[in-house]
Amino acid sequence: MSEMRTPLSRVRGLGSAKKGTEHFWLQRVTALANIPLTLFLVGALVVHAGADHATMAAFLGNPVVGVVMLLLILSTSWHMRLGLQVVIEDYIHGEATKLAALVANNFFALIIGVACALAVLKLVISQ
Amino acid sequence: MSDQTNARPLSPHIQIYRWTLTMMLSILHRATGVALYAGSALLAWWLMAAATGPEAYALVRDISSAWYGRLVLFGYSWALFHHMFGGVRHFIWDTGRGFDLKHVEWIARTTAIAPLFLTGLAWVLGCMYLGVWS
Repeated sequence: MSEMRTPLSRVRGLGSAKKGTEHFWLQRVTALANIPLTLFLVGALVVHAGADHATMAAFLGNPVVGVVMLLLILSTSWHMRLGLQVVIEDYIHGEATKLAALVANNFFALIIGVACALAVLKLVISQ
Repeated sequence: MSDQTNARPLSPHIQIYRWTLTMMLSILHRATGVALYAGSALLAWWLMAAATGPEAYALVRDISSAWYGRLVLFGYSWALFHHMFGGVRHFIWDTGRGFDLKHVEWIARTTAIAPLFLTGLAWVLGCMYLGVWS
């Protein structure tokens, strides 16, 4: 029955990754969000250069800082997952190796994201 | 490709071309992206250490304030700014603008130099907050 579909309907919302323009769009949306979020992080690190644990824990434990940090973690881990996915698809041609690399990429991004988020949540809640 | 049995002509590889700034920036955008991907583990380590306690955090502080730690952080900050400006370049291109040679060169030079300035600025300010010169 797949022959019943017009070329347009097969193309619309699909493509080789079966995701249409979603990948491209999310890469751009997270990129846009990353600009103010990473500028905040760099600024915070500059201002706290050489700070000890108590100072840093107090800063990261602030709920407003915690919200920004969680958004940063979500946006950057998502962005880097999408980015490395493209790199893997470009350079790894063997289907099995590529699949393994893509899964590893998802796992790595998720582990980093969850670890960072848990740390920030703990710092905010235990404040 | 592994399934290629006969020696068919390939498209020219990278060493054939004359190096241009735009080409270098394209490669650097991807390279800094991959480096930042790996560097995210350092961000996780820093945050996990802060959440764990003073002892774990002291190790992060010791390593990040050693010369090799500083060197990695300097590279990290440059990669971050470079990738950020590379992203802005892509945003400009996404609007369909800046593709003519004059603008391409102008955008390339700006996005190559601006990250160097911002990295320098961040480290000068960091040294000020650290009290290096006080």
